[in-house]
This record gives sequence, C-alpha cells and structure tokens, in this order.
Amino acid sequence: MKKPNLQSIFLRSIVYLAILLTVSTLLLIIGYILIKGIPHITLDLFSLEYTSENVSLFPAMINTVTMTVLSLLIAAPLGIFSAIYLVEYAKRGNKLVSVIRTTAETLSGIPSIVYGLFGYLLFVAALGWGYSLLAGAFTLSIMILPLIIRTTEEALKSIPDAYREGSFGLGAGKLRTVFRIVLPSAVPGILAGIVLSVGRIVGETAALIYTAGTVAQIPDNLMSSGRTLSIHLYALWVEGLNANQAYATAVVLLVIVIFLNAFSAYIAKWISKGKTHG
Amino acid sequence: MKKYKENLMRIVFLISACISILAVALICIFLFANGIPAMSKIGFFKFLSGTTWNPTADVFGIFPMILGSIYVTAGAILIGVPIGILTAIFMAHFCPKWMYKILKPFINLLAGIPSVVYGFFGLMVIVPTIRNMFGGSGSSMLAASIVLGIMILPTIIGVSEASLKAVPISYYEGSLALGASHERSVFFSVLPAAKSGISASVILGIGRAIGETMAVIMVAGNQAIIPNGILKGLRTLTANIVMEMGYAADLHREALIATGVVLFVFILIINLTFSLIKRRMQN
Repeated sequence: MKKPNLQSIFLRSIVYLAILLTVSTLLLIIGYILIKGIPHITLDLFSLEYTSENVSLFPAMINTVTMTVLSLLIAAPLGIFSAIYLVEYAKRGNKLVSVIRTTAETLSGIPSIVYGLFGYLLFVAALGWGYSLLAGAFTLSIMILPLIIRTTEEALKSIPDAYREGSFGLGAGKLRTVFRIVLPSAVPGILAGIVLSVGRIVGETAALIYTAGTVAQIPDNLMSSGRTLSIHLYALWVEGLNANQAYATAVVLLVIVIFLNAFSAYIAKWISKGKTHG
Repeated sequence: MKKYKENLMRIVFLISACISILAVALICIFLFANGIPAMSKIGFFKFLSGTTWNPTADVFGIFPMILGSIYVTAGAILIGVPIGILTAIFMAHFCPKWMYKILKPFINLLAGIPSVVYGFFGLMVIVPTIRNMFGGSGSSMLAASIVLGIMILPTIIGVSEASLKAVPISYYEGSLALGASHERSVFFSVLPAAKSGISASVILGIGRAIGETMAVIMVAGNQAIIPNGILKGLRTLTANIVMEMGYAADLHREALIATGVVLFVFILIINLTFSLIKRRMQN
C-alpha cells in the first residue's frame, strides 16, 4: 500500500466536502420546513371553505387531486400509445420516428412558464375556456407527455423479444400480443413513469397560474378556476399575510413528494426483482 | 373483422405518436404569432437591447431581463456545477454500497421537491441570511443563484454519475496498474473520459436554471433594471412574464408574450447544443 500523498488527500477531501454539502442542504431544507410547519398544521386548515380568516388548504388539495387525475386521463393513454407505436410498430430507420423523438425531446426541455403562456394563449384565450381546471389539465398533459412516452418506451424495450415471438407462435395477432403480453409485463415501468408525472403535476406552479387560475375554492365544475397546492403556497407568498399557513402548506407538499418518491423507489425495486427471477 | 381492428389500432397508435409533433408545432405557432407582431411594433432591436422596461409609458426593452437571466444562470452554474460533479464522483467511485442505497433516493428527492418549496425555503432562510450578513434587502442575484444552484444539483449529479459509470473500468485499472492512487485514477483517468457526458449535464443544468420561474421570483427582488452587483435585485425573463401577465393588456401583454418567445428561443438553442453533444457521444 502506497503512502497517500498530499494530492490524493486533497482530492478525497473535496469529494467528501461536496457530498456533505449536498446532503446537509437537503436535510436543512426538509428539516427546516418540517420543524417550522408541523406545529401550524391545524384542523382548521382542512376545512371545506377557504375564507380570508381561515386560509384552508383543503380546497387546494381537492383541486390538486382533480388536476392530477384529469391530466393523467389525457396524457397517459396518449403517451402509452405513442410509446407503443415507437417501440412495437415503427420500422427501424423510419423518418417519422426520429421526428417524433426530436419533438418529444424538445417538449421535455421547454420550461413550465412557456407551457403556461401557450396554455393561456390556446386554451384560455383562443378556445375561450377562461381560467379553468380543464385548461390547466390540458396544459399539464402536454408537459408530462414526453416523460410518459420516454418511461413507457424504456419499459417496453426491456420486455424480451421471446415474449412477443412466443405470442406470435401461438397464433396471436400483433394487437393481442401488445395488449395481452407486452403491456402487462411492462406495467411496473409504466407505473414508475406515471408516479414521476404525478410528482411534476403536484409541484407545478408556473404553467398553472395563467391557465387554471388562482381561485381558492373547490370549483363547481371543470370549467371554473381552482388553485392547486403549489399555487396556494405561491399565492400565500404574494398576499404576504399568512407565513405560518404557508409553512404548513409546504409541509403537505413535501410529504406528498416524499411519499411519491418512496413509492417510485419501491416500484424500481419491484422491477429489478422481476428481472432476477424471470 | 380482426384485420380491421388491427389496422384501426395501428392508426390510433400512429396518431397518438404524432401528438408530440402537433404540440411542438402549436406551441411555436401560438407563441410566435402572438409575440412577433409585438416585437415588430416595438422594433426588434429596440425590444432586445432596450434598457428600460416601463409598461405605463409603453417602453418595452427587455435587455435588463436578458442580463438578469444570464447572470443568475451563471451564478447557479458556478455554485451547482462543482458541487454537483464532485458529488457525482463520490456517488460513482467513493461511495460504499450500503451508503449508496441510502443516498441515491435522497438525491432523487432533491429533484422531486417543487420549485415553490425551494423558493419558499430561499425566502425564509437564504434571503434573511444574506440580509444579515451583507445588508441590503437580501432578495438578490446571490440569493437566486444559490437557490438555482441547489435546484440544478440533481440534474448535474444524475447525468454526470451515469456518464462516469459508463467509462470502461479498464481506464481506472490501467491507471492503478501504473501506480496511481485511487483518487488520481478517478480524477485524471476516468473523469476526462466522461467529459462529454459531464458537459451534457451542465447544459441540461443551464436549461433548467434559465427556465426556472417560481423559485427565482420569490428570492430575486424582481426590479426591472440592469443588475448592478450580486447583492442587488434583478428580474429574469421568466419572472417578467409571471409578474405582469395577470394585469397586462394590449401591447404590454404582447410584449410579455414576446418575452416568452425570447426565452423559448434561448431554450431551443440550449436543447440543440445538448442533442449535438449527445449525438457526438453516441458516435
């Protein structure tokens, strides 16, 4: 064993310093928000009505759930079908495929505020829907589309060809093979993509302010405005009156995100287990 | 009948796949159609290089915001890139297996935290700290750079770590065999080989930083003037849109959409660079 020289010690210490900084920053963020926020989580915050005296976050929670379900209802089938086309149907070297890949990549790089502007121009203004949950959901579904396409594609590609050949060998058609054999085996991978998308929807603000709007009540229907939890936190900052409730909202958001992350880690473990056994 | 169903579904899949193309086309059309007329009304050059933004007097120059975006992005890179790359090196070559299992999900969590929460944290912790240490309001270029630097960490770490791991182990072993220490082998043999992947991670980080909106708004002060000093406030392109879109009308509103067009073009250039680097890596 060679004696460590000064350079090696230096290199090792900057690497340790970096990981220490990264971990302590994350711990600081989570710890600070939990400590400041948990004492302010009261039953009042979960009342059905938002009033200026009691800035309940419950309507925002309901809106977040509605927004998530709506966006997924639009984006999940489209994204999964896109991936099926790209992986199962398109021939290699197909020009269209490379165009689709490029556009999907472009979509995933567009910042959320640009989606917000676009959603405002198309859904709110041009189609005349006004600030509404539906306009927000359509905007978000375009935003999460590339994520769902990419994760589904990866999941489909990881299914061994033997599955497909076996199915064809037994006389099944292409469609039957895709829906009965390939898709069911790809469910964990697709689910992981969906969970990631839910995380993006829950955390989104810039794309929603000018599409779904900031009304703090539970809306009567999908054509009326409603704020999600992230917008609620932003709006509390804009109003600048309710710091404690803002902390509490941040706690709720963090808990949701931590839960989603744990869930996707669990799915990832499930996928790798499936690989070693089968 | 069966054949008919097969063909029908093939077309359904094809149409779904084309939605991405349609989406990009629609985004381009709507942004450009609404933004370009404003630019020509204001004067293309006057809009981009004008140093005054005063909507009440119908003066629209977004140069301060362009500079603001560039400055905070540069600051974020300065803070996030060294820490991110070094953390990636730790994750790829220094981390014991048991620790990796704990740290990896932890770092993934960093990517999942919503930007408003980062902004809120910056507002409650970073801004007051800067105010106490250096005076001023605290809402500043420095605060925005720190928040963005933290936010791009997971991007830099993830992509850099993957490219470090993709370097063939023989590079590392060869260096060890020549008598170099573990640290030297990693830094001078593996790290240079992962160069293009790491630069790709930096470009992705730039894209994230320049497009970030909510976190920046909450900590940057948002004065629409040319930034003069890291402790002074500034406004980014993204902030400009969100701050004023709510009440803007007529030319003001169009000027904000034109701001979005400028941002969009920035992002397209960054994406193009990223895909060029990626293509070079694959060859």
